Amino acid sequence: MRFAAAALIAVLSFSASAKETVRIAFVGPLTGGNSAIGLGGRNSADLAVRLRNADGKSKHQYELVVLDDECKPDAGVQMATKAGSDRTIVAGVTHYCSVVAMATVDTYHRFALPVIVWGAVLPDITYANDFKEIHRVNGTMINQNETNAKFMSERGFRKVAVIHDTTDYGKGHNKYFSQFFQKAGGQIIATFGVTADQQDFTAELTQIKAQNPEALYFGGLTPIGVRVRAQMDKLGLKAQFDGTSGIVNDDFIKALGPLAEGALAFREGAPAEKLPGGRKFLEDYNKQGYSNPPEAYGPFAYAAAELLMDAIDKVGPDRKKIVKELANVTDRDSIVGKITFDDHGQNTVPAITRYVVQDGKWVTWEESEYAAGKRKLTNGK
Amino acid sequence: MSASVIAQYVMNGAMLGMMYALVAVGFTLFFGVLDIIQFSHGDVVAAGAFAGLAAWTLLTAAGVAAPAVLLLAVVLSAIAVTALLGAVVARFIVLPVKGAPQLNVLLVTLMAGTVLRECLRLFYPGGSQPKLFPALLPTSGWDIGGFHLRFDNVILLVSGALLIAGTHLIITRSRLGLAIRAVAQDEETARTMGIDFRRVVLVTFALGSALAAFAGVIDGLYYNEVFFGMGLLLGVIGFAAAILGGLGNLYGAIVGGFLFAALQTIGAVALPFASAYKDVFAFGVVILLMAIRPTGLIGERASERV
Repeated sequence: MRFAAAALIAVLSFSASAKETVRIAFVGPLTGGNSAIGLGGRNSADLAVRLRNADGKSKHQYELVVLDDECKPDAGVQMATKAGSDRTIVAGVTHYCSVVAMATVDTYHRFALPVIVWGAVLPDITYANDFKEIHRVNGTMINQNETNAKFMSERGFRKVAVIHDTTDYGKGHNKYFSQFFQKAGGQIIATFGVTADQQDFTAELTQIKAQNPEALYFGGLTPIGVRVRAQMDKLGLKAQFDGTSGIVNDDFIKALGPLAEGALAFREGAPAEKLPGGRKFLEDYNKQGYSNPPEAYGPFAYAAAELLMDAIDKVGPDRKKIVKELANVTDRDSIVGKITFDDHGQNTVPAITRYVVQDGKWVTWEESEYAAGKRKLTNGK
Repeated sequence: MSASVIAQYVMNGAMLGMMYALVAVGFTLFFGVLDIIQFSHGDVVAAGAFAGLAAWTLLTAAGVAAPAVLLLAVVLSAIAVTALLGAVVARFIVLPVKGAPQLNVLLVTLMAGTVLRECLRLFYPGGSQPKLFPALLPTSGWDIGGFHLRFDNVILLVSGALLIAGTHLIITRSRLGLAIRAVAQDEETARTMGIDFRRVVLVTFALGSALAAFAGVIDGLYYNEVFFGMGLLLGVIGFAAAILGGLGNLYGAIVGGFLFAALQTIGAVALPFASAYKDVFAFGVVILLMAIRPTGLIGERASERV
């Protein structure tokens, strides 16, 4: 009996080691203010790898190399260099923060490392270069803000003030939202660019309050979004809080408590349970017992890892061949819906979902009591 | 710009100024007594806020709900932890290198601050995220025109002012204050007069750090949010305010704190360019003022030290 067990173990370990181990990098913010989303993304990419390995059909044994970009460009470039210069890493699932994704494209190109961005929404990441290595599964802020602006003007918001951070991410949001909102007949009455780690917004908000806007558009990420919303209340500024994909996470609600109620935000894709493969994804995710939820962009990280492993299974662990293979991705089924990369590596079919905070949860607009008319947004809209 | 809007700006600036002044007073006390810059002071502020938050979390978990009790616990816990922390920094980090060049003190305290900050991030549960700080003061207020005056802001301002006044009284009127001033003037002579030098230093650090704790709690109650890195900029601003006013001078620290807050507000409101530049503007003016008056606005000669 003992001998049989030993033999079994020997056979098992032989069959495991017979497969070539292929390493894929995951890069995202694992510490700092945006780490909740980063950890959700990491877990989701990890889930894709675990399921592929457990499945046993692949020729390769996959290993996920997890790197922390801290949502800072300098740390991001360091990690990109680390992944790029390590020849055992053949591809990467990279970045949630747009500033970081933007800072690292040159590095990936230089090392010819094929990457798929899983969360950053700045258009320039794919569109401002011709690097064949850079791809993205999620949509861009152009689509997101078009829907946002249209929604706001349809609900009857006419005068909107803007606070955005002065990173590429915040500036991009400001640009596209203002453009689409004015086209829809709305009016931007004030615009404030602020630093991404600013603590006090009372001066800006006081000035905004004096102009009496119906809504405040916030283009930035959770940490300062929380501060802006909290300080609006301190100053008695009664305007609808209208955010971006950067605040759709549980931390935003946790840090604000009841104040989060009624906040709006827009995001590419749909909530995990509504995605084509979402239910199965969540089931598998929960089975693994991760300590954090997948968060908004987890499914995208999962889909990106899947795409890479499909390519590697097909053409082998060779960076150049993977890049060539990814160029052929058209109408590919994934848990986030069909994926088609255009010639900039950008997925062209991202649906936008509208969200509102209701009773401490991000709820899709269609299912909310706000849409049903049972509750009203700020200023009775 | 209407009067109510201006009143709102003044109120915003006053709140900021009070926090800066409380931090700056600490810097100035340490410099007065030991001629050193305690660069981890800003992170002691953050530690104070987190100590208060921890007390609140523990008590609410134990079922305590009365805001007055919670508030008292938050303040006392913050003050106790930071006073101890300040004394520990003085005893084990500052005093051992006192004979060494001043740069060494600056460097070790700077490093101690980084250690403290990273400890908050790594060891406080969920410390890497911004944490919700409870609103323990009445949140109602008056609307006077477009000016929204909140009770909690008024309470915070008044208690901050009382605290600074109390510190001033301790230093000018008590035996302890006499000892602190004696050490500040001349350490050797103070020692020969029988003053326990080490005790005075430890108490001064405890006092200055307790003020910082209060600044941390004000920050938490005002913004309803604390963050492990919040002490970094607060420390730099507090230090700039202390220098601006005249390092070693209590009044100077207060003036410097409020002046810096005013500069930031002006930078965000009255200047034509993006408000993201308000810190650039405020620090730029500080540089200019220091070039004009190197010893600070209230120079040492104009008034007695500490």
